[in-house]
Amino acid sequence: MNANTPITHTQAETGLIARYDSARAGFAGTDAVIALRDAAAEQLRRKGLPHRRVEEYKYTDLRAFMKSSARLSAAASADEARAVLEASDGFGDLGRYRIVIANGRFVEALSDVAALAGEGVTVTDFTEALGGDNGAALLAIPASAEGDGTLALNTAFVQGGVMLSVREGAEVSKPVELLHVVAGEGAQVTRCRIAVAPGAKLKLLETFAGNTSSGETNAVFDYDIADSAELTVTRLIDGDGEGARLFTTLARLGSEARFHTLGFIAGPSFVRNQQFVAFAGENSEARLFGVTMARDKALADQTLIVDHAVPNCSSREFFKTVLDDEARGVYQGRINVAPHAQKTDGEMMTQALLLSEGPEMANKPELEIFADDVLCAHGATSGQIDEDLLFYLRARGIPEDEAKTLLVLAFLSEAIEEFGEDDVTGMLEERVRAWLAARS
Amino acid sequence: MPAVQETIDQVKAIDVDQYKYGFVTDIESERGAKGLTEETVRFISAKKNEPEWMTEWRLEALRRFKTMDEPTWARVHYPKIDFDELYYYAAPKSVEGPKSIDEVDPELLATYEKLGIPLREQEILAGIKPENRVAVDAVFDSVSVVTTFKEELKKAGVIFCSISEALREYPDLVKKYLGSVVPVTDNFYATLNSAVFSDGSFVYVPEGVRCPMELSTYFRINEQNTGQFERTLIIADKGAYVSYLEGCTAPQRDENQLHAAVVELVALDDAEIKYSTVQNWFPGDAQGKGGIYNFVTKRGDCRGKNSKISWTQVETGSAITWKYPSCILRGDNSRGEFYSIAVSNGYQQVDSGTKMIHLGKNTSSRIISKGISAGRSQNTYRGLVSAHRKASNARNFTQCDSLLIGQDCGAHTVPYIESKNSTATFEHEATTSKISDDQMFYCQQRGMSDEEAVALIVNGFVKDVIQQLPMEFAVEAQKLISISLEGSVG
Repeated sequence: MNANTPITHTQAETGLIARYDSARAGFAGTDAVIALRDAAAEQLRRKGLPHRRVEEYKYTDLRAFMKSSARLSAAASADEARAVLEASDGFGDLGRYRIVIANGRFVEALSDVAALAGEGVTVTDFTEALGGDNGAALLAIPASAEGDGTLALNTAFVQGGVMLSVREGAEVSKPVELLHVVAGEGAQVTRCRIAVAPGAKLKLLETFAGNTSSGETNAVFDYDIADSAELTVTRLIDGDGEGARLFTTLARLGSEARFHTLGFIAGPSFVRNQQFVAFAGENSEARLFGVTMARDKALADQTLIVDHAVPNCSSREFFKTVLDDEARGVYQGRINVAPHAQKTDGEMMTQALLLSEGPEMANKPELEIFADDVLCAHGATSGQIDEDLLFYLRARGIPEDEAKTLLVLAFLSEAIEEFGEDDVTGMLEERVRAWLAARS
Repeated sequence: MPAVQETIDQVKAIDVDQYKYGFVTDIESERGAKGLTEETVRFISAKKNEPEWMTEWRLEALRRFKTMDEPTWARVHYPKIDFDELYYYAAPKSVEGPKSIDEVDPELLATYEKLGIPLREQEILAGIKPENRVAVDAVFDSVSVVTTFKEELKKAGVIFCSISEALREYPDLVKKYLGSVVPVTDNFYATLNSAVFSDGSFVYVPEGVRCPMELSTYFRINEQNTGQFERTLIIADKGAYVSYLEGCTAPQRDENQLHAAVVELVALDDAEIKYSTVQNWFPGDAQGKGGIYNFVTKRGDCRGKNSKISWTQVETGSAITWKYPSCILRGDNSRGEFYSIAVSNGYQQVDSGTKMIHLGKNTSSRIISKGISAGRSQNTYRGLVSAHRKASNARNFTQCDSLLIGQDCGAHTVPYIESKNSTATFEHEATTSKISDDQMFYCQQRGMSDEEAVALIVNGFVKDVIQQLPMEFAVEAQKLISISLEGSVG
């Protein structure tokens, strides 16, 4: 069990390393950025893709999943991107601004740049920013995410993305949709940085449209939430097929700041949504919610680390998972409380419902506490639909299928409703219904 | 609750340095050669007059051990152990096969008396309250020195002896079960133990027998620079019941000492084993110097239908504790329980928890873990609950609570909950808090001092677990907890 095993690269790893070496010359960024990319590629060379022997990837073995390395996707034209956009349903007629990133690159022609400027939001192409004086700083990662394999892949290969800066005190009147479009085959590697200045308020919708049948998307969202600022993020991940989606949230909160987020996963077959949240100022609050649905042989992973580095902050994590067929669900959550981070209030809950014989759920809610005057708790449950509840509904003449749908919907809605974004509640519940209706 | 008053008195009676078992017994002893080599292993095996297969078994383990790396996943930090600088065998010289208690070195008897452990069978108690008698196997450094009440146990058909004796007298039983729960290759420390274990207890309770008294082993490390590697094997045959207690102490020394034990429990159909531990190895001094490194593998196998294994532990000692008493719930309807109190103070590091592995149908398990950290200590609960494909209707309830006393300590919870069966129902809850000012104020209002108030609140916090201990141990455990926490407030 503890025997020494030297690393032998898999086919995918060999492919990725070769791809890095051949594409390196064309990558964007200053010399300092290239040095960071080199270091990330070196990590890949040395450690390989994250696998089950790496504690954070114990249940999500990326190395075993990635059989080969997809080539990096080519840039999509505005027309190609538009075609994908028109075919996707997204957030329907919800009033919003839109920013489009196609195959990992910002598409200005399809984005509401001018309208956002009027609201106090500056939009910049991430590739340009990488070439600027602060380029290397844009790729900085927090201590709790140090050494993470998904992030390293992103740093090495990042193709583009967008930077959003919300002016001090600005309250953006409509939500901003960050829409990622995948046109054609290949891998998309993208990074978005959202800076919300003191006192500003922003609501983000993150959606993904296009090909999910193959390839992979690796996206990093870096949120800088200044003092008294507020950021709300609804991340919607769905689609069918064998594609992989790897998402990383990096969030820093100043003092009196608020960060609310919901990660909604309904496919494709390999999804990891990982979040690293750090409190840098006092009296701030983070509320993280998750709704996960997986079927067939899919894997859905919600992983988070909340770092209470300063006193008087509160965090709440509430995650719901529904699994069917032979799907696998993963929840890994850790609350860190640093020494002297007194009066921390942390509460974490993860609940899973297994709808058939085949699925597997792994829950790992952790507490790591170095201060004494704190209130921290976590809970974890897993089980099947309560027979008594089902009987109650059926005794009132509701057919079994419908009764199950109702109960599952009620189970997931707890998280959606506590997230409390009325704009999206109806749409998310509709998606839950559609997912359940497709149950064979 | 009179026990509380008793606890307080006990705390008052003790000096600033709380560890009262820190004395060294000056006794002539015999040691094997230093270092971890084939010769050492052969020497131990020869000393024990072991059969050839046993020597081979040990050598196989040693060869395996040489290919392994020390695990680093636990939240404990210590300088690298040089396994070649240790003595693997030490035995009190004069006790080469004592025929009766009268032949045992009086120094040794005095040691155990100091520890409060009666090795002389107490006839006065016998007959009046037979259910309160405890049979004791005392292990001093590497060998078992005496086992009491042997004859009476034999009448009931129960075998209770040292494992070296069992290897000579009941080789078939040992061969059948040894290593069947914790295989030789299980983990770094279990493999080390398999190679060099020197003694320990062996219990076999035959079919349908309810063991007439509590069985108990007291472990004592006395020699310098020696590791203690004991191995305990308990088998409850069909329908049998046994309750087993274990206690440990060591002298106060500046350097760290290694203790790597393996405990294997096997419960066949309808059998029940209750295993209680009060672990009070020397925890190191107030500056974190010295103390025992306690790396223990304990596992119970509910092999038969309707079997039950229950672990209860009170952990107050050791500089480092690395210990996960587990249950493999293989038989249908089997049940596993884990009740734990882990108290850490000073610079102690505790990484402890349990594994409940549900394999059979309708299996159930319950975990109650109470961690108390004070001083500059780190206290981690690490546990696994898993239900495999065929474990339909598996049930688990886990509660782990941590209490922090003082701002320099840490309390951590790392549970793994894996369900591969939809009919399995798992519930897990954990909380971390400190003794609230309100609670303290309430007690102080009623005239209690800080220390008394903490003792009362802590006793309330750990009550769920204390209730699971056999009576004699419960009182001792309560005292221990208070002593361990002395000096943590004010």
